[in-house]
Amino acid sequence: MIETHLNTTCRIGGVTFKNPVVMASGTFGFGKEYGKLYDLSRLGGISGKGVTLHPRPGNPGIRVYETPSGMLNSVGLENPGIPAFLEEECAFWETLDTVRIVNLGGGTVQDYVEGARLIDEDSNRRQARGRRAVDMIELNISCPNVKAGGMAYGIKTCVAREVVREVRAATTLPLMVKLSPNAEDIADMAQMCEEEGAEAVSLINTLSGMKIDARKRRSVFDNLYAGLSGPAVKPVALRMVHQVCKRVTIPVVGMGGVSSAEDLIEFIMAGAEAVQIGTYNFVNWQAGADLVEGVERFMIEEGIADLNEIRGIL
Amino acid sequence: MATIISNRRVAEGIYVMHAAGRFEAKAGQFFMVRGWESYPLLSRPLSVYDQDEQGVKFLYKVAGEGTELLSRMQAGEDVTLLGPLGNGFPAAAGRTALVGGGIGVAPLFYAARHLEQADLYLGYSVEVYEEYEFRSIGHPVTIDCGGRVLDLVDFDAYDTVFVCGPEPMLRAAQIKSAMSAGKAAVYVSLENRMACGIGACLVCSVGCENGRKKACSDGPVFRAEEVVLA
Ligand SMILES: Cc1cc2nc3c(=O)[nH]c(=O)nc-3n(C[C@H](O)[C@H](O)[C@H](O)COP(=O)(O)OP(=O)(O)OC[C@H]3O[C@@H](n4cnc5c(N)ncnc54)[C@H](O)[C@@H]3O)c2cc1C
Ligand SMILES: Cc1cc2nc3c(=O)[nH]c(=O)nc-3n(C[C@H](O)[C@H](O)[C@H](O)COP(=O)(O)O)c2cc1C
Ligand code: FES
Repeated sequence: MIETHLNTTCRIGGVTFKNPVVMASGTFGFGKEYGKLYDLSRLGGISGKGVTLHPRPGNPGIRVYETPSGMLNSVGLENPGIPAFLEEECAFWETLDTVRIVNLGGGTVQDYVEGARLIDEDSNRRQARGRRAVDMIELNISCPNVKAGGMAYGIKTCVAREVVREVRAATTLPLMVKLSPNAEDIADMAQMCEEEGAEAVSLINTLSGMKIDARKRRSVFDNLYAGLSGPAVKPVALRMVHQVCKRVTIPVVGMGGVSSAEDLIEFIMAGAEAVQIGTYNFVNWQAGADLVEGVERFMIEEGIADLNEIRGIL
Repeated sequence: MATIISNRRVAEGIYVMHAAGRFEAKAGQFFMVRGWESYPLLSRPLSVYDQDEQGVKFLYKVAGEGTELLSRMQAGEDVTLLGPLGNGFPAAAGRTALVGGGIGVAPLFYAARHLEQADLYLGYSVEVYEEYEFRSIGHPVTIDCGGRVLDLVDFDAYDTVFVCGPEPMLRAAQIKSAMSAGKAAVYVSLENRMACGIGACLVCSVGCENGRKKACSDGPVFRAEEVVLA
């Protein structure tokens, strides 16, 4: 930390983040690998790799393709399943001095609910022993809805409402719903989350995209479409965060292409409480540490003592 | 940041970069390399070609935008290196063959330098490069240009075989290994596309007999019969 009198803290659902720099799901594993490169306690928080009730092998074929100032990924939610996550990763999470967020995915509403219940129960058991590994659930509604023919839950507000309502009822942990930019109306989606009792929303997940290998005359990805992230999506993400901030009163966590402290500040000015960093971790392996410092430097240079002075000024 | 000591062209589209720094890399490990700020977005994985008191060397082929940018860099300029990463080659037991196809010869040099005994089989498609360097190690070197180098190797004559090269060659090595008497432990070095390079993003994931593994942090070297190549 550069200056101690700066107030960079954020509050979401009763949880305090020491600063607005949160690592985005899927780009930071469960923190172990980056934890060997720098001190994770400098971060505001970490959202872990998306987990589902049952283990998933993820998608076959090529999983990453670089695009101008961005990348397409088709990881397909490869994860060890929630029981294995609780067993193998949470002991490490217990040791972390940063906000720990579980990113929860699913294929059916029952999967989501059962997953949330397992996380909740585990959390209660740990708390009874005076421990804590999870501070918050981030509900990823971009998963394909098995029942609705594979269309993501996060497209239509009425389809998403059921998942949000059921998961809300299944956990007492603070709930943040992660919205897809592919939603028909992302502000409506956010409003629905507020109505259903979510403590926060986060956005944006990746934008659905495509790459064709013209020589081979086929899609680069076995799964046909893939998710676009990185600097290329930032203007879209910022506009969506701004729209959502205008609609809801619950905290909004912004993300999409953040690659500098000024990018991050833009999201705060659009109204975000905190900001997540995804793809930039691949560009700069100490992205988190650098951005925490960069935000403090920006505040000093601009004479800002508290981020609230600039939050939502537009 | 590592300062470039030299960056020289050794054949058409093939370069050797020597970058300064104290590293303790093992053969078969790699670095995530970038010689630019923010564009291209991702760093490029390059194997350790050699290492000396001054730093680390990469033998690389201009394949696209990133390696093209690297090839134009001059001594005195800086590259950003993350590494050494991955597990590299396991300890070789008994008689060892090192088989490289194309730019897949790169990780074999440092491996060969550290082995008491090894037979090198190097396959090139058009132009032979670094032949003098490979021969100066002192191990027997068999060179093939334009053919299939794998056909020159009798797996049953070895206890350990390391294969590096393009994916079709690795698949061929798997088949050859399965059809041999099975005396040799055969290893392949994968070149999956990577983003983080350290095991956090799963874009490099490979199917293995016991579930998925990460090419970057569990590999890039795997037992040939362990991995499922697409
Ligand atoms: C562990 C490992 C070790 C490697 N060691 C060497 C080496 O010693 N020498 C060498 O010349 N090459 C090596 N490669 C391949 C090298 O990384 C690619 O040729 C290079 O990334 C191409 O980048 P580009 O920008 O020139 O090409 P582009 O095609 O423009 O690259 C676009 C994207 O695709 C990725 N990509 C393209 N081709 C490959 C490939 N064959 N393997 C992995 N990613 C690819 C790039 O990293 C980049 O993200 C290695 C790859 C891996 C995974
Ligand atoms: C490789 C990769 C894997 C991702 N996995 C997940 C995931 O499991 N769950 C999730 O909610 N979002 C996932 N995301 C989306 C990111 O968390 C983030 O919303 C998105 O990448 C936009 O931010 P960025 O431009 O800073 O990367 C993933 C993104 C990438 C690049
Ligand atoms: S490249 Fe990220 S896990 Fe291997």
